[in-house]
Amino acid sequence: MRDARGDIKRPIGLRLWLSGGWLTLLALAAIFAPLIAPQDPLAQDLFTSRLPPFWDSKAEAGYWLGSDSLGRDVLSRIVYGARLALIVALVAGTLTCLVGGTLGLIAGYFRGWPDRIISRFVDIWMAFPPVLFAILLIAVLGPGLISIIIAIVVIDWTRFARVIRAEAMSQGVMDYVASAQVAGRGRFGTMITEILPNVLPTMVALLTLEMGIAVIVEAILSFVNLSISTDSPTWGGMISEGRTSVHQAWWVLVFPLITLFLTVLSFSQLGEGLKDRFDPVLR
Amino acid sequence: MKPYLSIRNLCVTLKHGAPILRSVTLDVSAGQVHGLVGESGAGKSMIGKAVLGTLPRALHIRSGEIWLDGVDLLTLPLQERRKRIGATAALIPQDPLTALNPSRRIGPQITKRLVDILGWHKNAAEDRALDLLAEVHIPDPSRVMRSYPHELSGGMRQRILIASAFAAEPKLIIADEPTTALDVTVQKQILRLIADMQARHGTALLFVTHDLGVVSKVCDTLSVLYAGKVVEDARMQRFFMRPVHPYSAALLAATPTYTNPTGSLKPVPATVIEDVETEVQQHDMRAGL
Repeated sequence: MRDARGDIKRPIGLRLWLSGGWLTLLALAAIFAPLIAPQDPLAQDLFTSRLPPFWDSKAEAGYWLGSDSLGRDVLSRIVYGARLALIVALVAGTLTCLVGGTLGLIAGYFRGWPDRIISRFVDIWMAFPPVLFAILLIAVLGPGLISIIIAIVVIDWTRFARVIRAEAMSQGVMDYVASAQVAGRGRFGTMITEILPNVLPTMVALLTLEMGIAVIVEAILSFVNLSISTDSPTWGGMISEGRTSVHQAWWVLVFPLITLFLTVLSFSQLGEGLKDRFDPVLR
Repeated sequence: MKPYLSIRNLCVTLKHGAPILRSVTLDVSAGQVHGLVGESGAGKSMIGKAVLGTLPRALHIRSGEIWLDGVDLLTLPLQERRKRIGATAALIPQDPLTALNPSRRIGPQITKRLVDILGWHKNAAEDRALDLLAEVHIPDPSRVMRSYPHELSGGMRQRILIASAFAAEPKLIIADEPTTALDVTVQKQILRLIADMQARHGTALLFVTHDLGVVSKVCDTLSVLYAGKVVEDARMQRFFMRPVHPYSAALLAATPTYTNPTGSLKPVPATVIEDVETEVQQHDMRAGL
């Protein structure tokens, strides 16, 4: 009665390779930014303003992706911008996951009054327009890295709470949870040992999705000049600046936009890829 | 012999009052197998759940007593009740596919019970788990201990659940339709396995099923349930020879036999159903439900 089900090997798909590869590249670039960036990202030089990217005949060496209207190197700014984008993605994503996930888990597993309170709170929370909410929050808290992170957590925890609640509810009625209770284990212990590991794949998928969203929210806030100070380069800020000179120097807008796009796409694909690979129930 | 599990006049209702179990009274003696038979929705599983304290939220116990090993469980505070049940009773669930935690390996899922309930050391628990898996005829137990549930077939999983139910040497096991989710060839093996294990460990077994054929193979005594009410309580042989209640008789007559598989398919007559329904209504009137 040897069963071959245990022998199924799931290959790491192309999706995981590509998204993981891009994010690793980005992370390395962010960590080693001073070594990688060909120019000082803040150095302005009007003699080198609006240089085109490297394939153009008018390009200059050292400005691979061209320069903006103040003569700052686009590539260097993207590389430095990755620092902020990744910090926001990791910290805000994780915090959102912790806050929303915990509340969702409690609501979905304990049901009853904790669920009623948390769910109504989520309903009310979701009725606020999120971007407006964020802008309002930053206006109150004042711009800065911490404010951005708080704004993202405050806007997005509801997504986790909703999804994890549903997931915890469907796990909570399974027989193995009943068995654990019959074995005399406490409610809280059961939640941690039986429910949590089974909502974890969903949580990871949501977390990476949330990281992508955090990058977008940060870019939106930079775009409307509500992110951290305009000195440090951010992708959203670059897009916002590039917008004004898009007819003369399209590369200032397009390269950060592509980076942003690839990053957000990679985050969401990474989540899906990880879920495919590690969720024991999917096959 | 003094019954190990004794349920007295157990009434379970929905929160707003609709009755689910109507004054259920039944006994399971130590070392005996008691069958609990009835149609779907008769409340068979709910009796098991009431004993184990895992009733769905919407239901609550209105009145009655559940004596387990000389203690009325319903008089104990919740935490103590859980402890007591955990130490003396176990469940073999209906659906082996949802009864094992999909994200944990088999080994820890069995040993956790031993560590939790008996306070065993982890290594001792692992040895015991290996023995148990061998006892339920699982080939290569050490490999299975390291497997995840999705890597095993339904029959294998049900064997594991049986092993795990017997792990802490409970005095009472409640088997909630343990063979319903399996196909017929595996069903027979599993039934025999449960019967063997029960005999070897001398456990009291409450066997919930809708299959009279199954009951006749494994049970010593049985209760027939209709709409949450026990209509007949009998010893096995007497029941199959001379069922007392007309509903039980009709149920028996409705069971197809080997000799005449299609000709013997008789529905339960409408008059019998009407009579039972009246009985149920009379009970509700008396009980003020």
